[in-house]
Amino acid sequence: MPMLNMRVSSPAALIDINRIETLRGIEDRPDCVRVGAMTRYVELQESAVIRAHVPLLAMALPLVAHVAIRNRGTIGGSLCLSDPAAETPACCVAAQAQIVLAGPSGCRTVAAEDFAIGLYETERQPDEILVEVLFPKAVSGRIFFVDEFSRRKGDFAIVGLAGSIRDKGSTVNDPRLVFFGSDNRPILAHAAAAAIDGRPWSDAVRQAASESLDDDLDPMDSIHASANYRRRLAKVLLSRVITRALAS
Amino acid sequence: MTSSAESPIGASLPRSRAARFVTGKGRYTDDFTAPRMLFAAFIRSPYAHARILHIDASAAMERPGARRVLTAKDIAAVCKPYRAVNNIFPTMNSPLQHAVAIEKVHYQGEPVAIVIADTRAQAEDAAEHVQIDWEPLPAVTDAEAAASSKTPVIHEGFDTNLCFQTKIETPDIDKCLQEAAAIIEESFIFGRHTGVPLEMRTILANYDASDGILTVTQSHQVPHELQGIYARQLGLAESKVHVICPDVGGAFGIKLQAYNDEIAICAAAVILQRPVKYQVDRLEAFISDVQARDHHVKAKIALDANNDILAFAVEDIFAIGPYPQFPRSSLQEGFHVIQLTGAPYRFRDYRGVLQVVFQNKVNAGLYRAVGQPISCALTERMIDMAARHAGRDPIDFRREHYRREAEFPCKSPSNVALTKMALLQCHDAVVDGMQIRALRKEQAALRERGILRGIGIATFVELVNPGPNYYTNAGLAVSAQDACTLRLEPGGTVRCRVSLSEFGQGTDFSIGQVVAATLGITASAVEVECGDSWTAPFGGGSWASRGIMMGSEAGWRAARTLRESILKTAGQLLQCPAESLDIRAGEIVEVSGRARMSVAELANIAHYRQGLLPKDCQPELTATSHYSPRDLDYVSSAGVQSSYVEVDAETGFVRLLRHGVSHDSGNVINPLLLAEQLRGGAVQGIGSALYEECLYDEDGQLLNGTLADYLVPMAAEIPDIEIYDVATPWQPTGAPKPKGVGEAGVAGASAAILNAINDAIYPLGASIAQIPCTPERLLDVIDRARKPPAG
Repeated sequence: MPMLNMRVSSPAALIDINRIETLRGIEDRPDCVRVGAMTRYVELQESAVIRAHVPLLAMALPLVAHVAIRNRGTIGGSLCLSDPAAETPACCVAAQAQIVLAGPSGCRTVAAEDFAIGLYETERQPDEILVEVLFPKAVSGRIFFVDEFSRRKGDFAIVGLAGSIRDKGSTVNDPRLVFFGSDNRPILAHAAAAAIDGRPWSDAVRQAASESLDDDLDPMDSIHASANYRRRLAKVLLSRVITRALAS
Repeated sequence: MTSSAESPIGASLPRSRAARFVTGKGRYTDDFTAPRMLFAAFIRSPYAHARILHIDASAAMERPGARRVLTAKDIAAVCKPYRAVNNIFPTMNSPLQHAVAIEKVHYQGEPVAIVIADTRAQAEDAAEHVQIDWEPLPAVTDAEAAASSKTPVIHEGFDTNLCFQTKIETPDIDKCLQEAAAIIEESFIFGRHTGVPLEMRTILANYDASDGILTVTQSHQVPHELQGIYARQLGLAESKVHVICPDVGGAFGIKLQAYNDEIAICAAAVILQRPVKYQVDRLEAFISDVQARDHHVKAKIALDANNDILAFAVEDIFAIGPYPQFPRSSLQEGFHVIQLTGAPYRFRDYRGVLQVVFQNKVNAGLYRAVGQPISCALTERMIDMAARHAGRDPIDFRREHYRREAEFPCKSPSNVALTKMALLQCHDAVVDGMQIRALRKEQAALRERGILRGIGIATFVELVNPGPNYYTNAGLAVSAQDACTLRLEPGGTVRCRVSLSEFGQGTDFSIGQVVAATLGITASAVEVECGDSWTAPFGGGSWASRGIMMGSEAGWRAARTLRESILKTAGQLLQCPAESLDIRAGEIVEVSGRARMSVAELANIAHYRQGLLPKDCQPELTATSHYSPRDLDYVSSAGVQSSYVEVDAETGFVRLLRHGVSHDSGNVINPLLLAEQLRGGAVQGIGSALYEECLYDEDGQLLNGTLADYLVPMAAEIPDIEIYDVATPWQPTGAPKPKGVGEAGVAGASAAILNAINDAIYPLGASIAQIPCTPERLLDVIDRARKPPAG
C-alpha cells in the first residue's frame, strides 16, 4: 500500500483477494501447521496453535512493527514483499517452513530457505501467488530465540537473529542461526553455526563465532546503518542471544 | 473578585476543543469544501539546483479531469515576486523569490508547475505527464563549503553564498582569551530537523470575482499577517482578503511564514476564479516544509586560575537553504545562538560570530525554540567541560556560576537585556526532584558492573514574547499587539474573540480562564474563538511563546472593562452603588456574599427587557482591549532539564531512563496544559537529540523523506517526562503574568541528553559533540578513544 500511495508502483489493475477464504486460517495438521497466506499477524499472535507448535513465530510477532500494522499485515504479504529486515521471512527460514505457490500449472513447494533470492526478490513467478506456508511442528528439547536491534521499537531491524539450539546445558548444540536486516535477504549462518556447534560457550568460542560471521554475512549500507555497523551489531547480537539462550 | 480557591486561574481544566479532537470531529482545513472546488498538485523540482529548459504540459491537459497547468509565467501575471527584508539587518543578501520557480530551481522540492484537476488523484495523475527538460547544475550543500569563496555561487547576480554575517564582542575579548588560565574548546555539528506537524500544511483559496473577495482557509499560525501578505502579493485591497485558520493540528513555527506553494494556490484561485484546495502530503512536507538547525559551531570557554568563567566565544556557520524565509527572514535562529550562549552565567567577555550561508537545500529558519537548543547545548557542554577541568561536580559548578536574582535586570556580555530569571530555583527544583545526588551513587555502583549511565543537566534561557520595538525597527508588517473582544450574550455566556491563534496548545481556552476569573464567572461560561482575520480583533497571532502572555493580558484588560459595565448596570437595576457589588461564580452578589441576581439574568434584561432599566442606563455589553508590551524588547525566561541515560558501549544505543524539566512559568493559568506543553516540547527536543535529522547526499537529494526513515521518537522511546515547574501564584489584584512555555521543552532537551551521554562515556575517554547523537556516531567516538590514531 505505501508503494501505491507514494506512486512508486502503478499497476494497471489491483485484484482484491480479501474474500478468498481458502487463503486464510491456521490449521493444526498431524505433520505440520498450515498457515494461509492471507493470515494476519494479529491472528498468528493470538493463535494457541502457533504458540504451541511454531514458538519462534509467536516470539517474533511482538517485534513486527506496531499494532495497526499487525492488524492488517499478512504472512504471505511479508514473504512476497521480501523486505530484508522483516522478521517473518527469517522465522520461516529458521523454522524450516515450506512455502506453497500456485500458478497456472498447479502448485509447487519451495523451502523458505530458498524462497528469498535478493532484495525484494523471491522465487515466486509473476503468474504465481503464494497460497500457504507449512511449518513443521517444533520438536521438544530445543531453545528458540529471536531478537533484533532497531532504532525505535517497531522499526525494521538494523540486524536481527532468529533461530534455535538444542537444549544441552552449557554447550551449544545443533544451532540454526538466521540473520535478517543485515543482508539483502535472510541469511542462514552456516559458518558461525559450525564454529560454535558442540562447543562450550567460552570467550574463545564467542570470538570464533564473531569471526566466522564475516564469512556468512555481506551486510548492506544504508542511511540507517553502514555495512560495518551492521556487521558489528550482528556479532554483538549473536553473542548476547546465545548467552541468553544458554542461561534460559 | 473571586477568591483564589475557586478561581479558574490556576485550575487544571481540560481544554474545550479536546472532546472534538478525541472523537475525531476536529475541523481541519481539509475538512472544508466549497462549491465548484478544484484540487491542485505541484510538480516539484527533482534537482537541488537546475535550469528549467522547457515545460510541455500538452499531454497532461489530455488526462481525465485535468483543468489547467500553471507555470511561473501564469502565476507571475497575477502575483508579484517577493523577498525577505528586515531593516535591522540591512546588509542581509536576500534574492528575489517567486511563488513558482522561474528558469532556475534552487532546492529539491521547489515548485515548478501546478496541475489543477477535478480531484487530487487526477491532478497527481496528470502531473506525471508534464514533460520538463532540465539542465542539472552542481549543488552546494555543506555549510562550511558554502561559506568558502572557492565554492560556486548558487544565485545569479550575487557574488557570494553569504547571506549575512555579524559579530557581537566585548572590547577586551582578545586580551581575555590571551590571559586566561585555561581555554577549553569544542567543535559542534547540529543536523537539520523539521517540525513534522500531524496535520500537514493545507490551504483552500476561493476567489469570488463578483465581490472581489479572496477567502483563504488555511492551517497556519497568523491569519491577520497572511491577509496582508496575500493582498500585497496579489494586488488586492487588504480588506478584500479574509483568512480563516480553523483547527490546526500542530504548527511549531513550521506554519508561521508564507510559503511559495501557498501563495501560488491563492494566485491559482484568482486565475481560475474557482476554489482551489491543496494539501502538502507527507512526502512533500519533507521537501517543502521549513527545516531548521544545520549549524557548525566552534566554541570556547575561558577560565581564570580559580576556575571562574572569564569568557565564552562562539563562531557559528548557519546554512539556511537558498533564501531567507519570507517575510520575517531566517536569521533569528543564528542570532539566538550568538546572543544566548553563556546567558545563565556570570562572565565578563564574549565573542559571537555568525555567518549565514546559502545552499541548495529547502529553506531552514524558524522552528520551535529558534536557535535556543543550540545556544543551550553549546553553553551547557562547555560548562560541563569546564567543571571537569576544575574537578568540580557539574551541579555545584553551575550553582556557583549562575547569575543571581539580584543582578536582574541586566545586560549580558552578548548585549542581551535579561529580565528576572529564577535560575537557582529551577536548578534546585530539578536536582531535588530527580534526586540527582542519589542517581550519582547509583551511577557509580553500576559503573563497577560495567554499566554506563550518565546524568546530564542543562540550563536554558529563552527570549520570549518579542515586543513591538523589534518588528517596528525591522519594518515588518507583523503586529506585536494583540486584542480581546468580549460580548456578554443572553444567558450570561461571554463570547471571547482573540487575535491569538490556537494550534494545540490550549492557548484559547486558557485565555478564557483568565477572562472567567477576572469577570467572576465559571470557565464554562466563556466561549473563546480565534483564527479568523475578519471576526477576531486585529493582532499578531501565536509564536515565540507569546500566545498566553499576550492573550492573558488583553483578556484581563477587556474582562475588567466588561466587569465594570456589568456591575454598573446591576447597580442601577438594584439601586445600589456598583462598588457594593461583586461577581462570584456567575452570581452578582453584595460584598457580604448575599446573592442578588445572576449574570445570566442581568444579560437577559440588558438584551430583551430594556424597559426594566432606568432611562439613563445604557449598558455596554461588549468590551475590547488591545495590548502591546511597550516596556520590554522581549522577556527572558529560564528553565533546567536533566536526563538520565544508559549507553550500550557495544552498540552505541542510548536508552533514556528519566527526563525532568523545570521552568520559570510565572503565574500559571492552567497547570495541566502547561505540563503537557512542556512534555510535548521535551519529546520534540529529545527527538532532535537522538533521532531526527534531514539527511542529504552531496547532490542535495533528501535521503530520508518519509516517516519510516526520518525517525521521530514514539511512546516506547520516551519515559514519562517529569515536570518540576516553578510557578508564582497569581495575586488577583493585577493582571496574571504567565511566561510562555512553547519553546521551553525543546530548548534544553538536546543539551541535557548530550551532557548525559558524555557523562556516561567519560570513563571510556570518549566525548561527542554532534546532534543527533546516533548510535553509529557514538560508537565511532568510543572506538576512536579506545584506539588512539597511529603516530
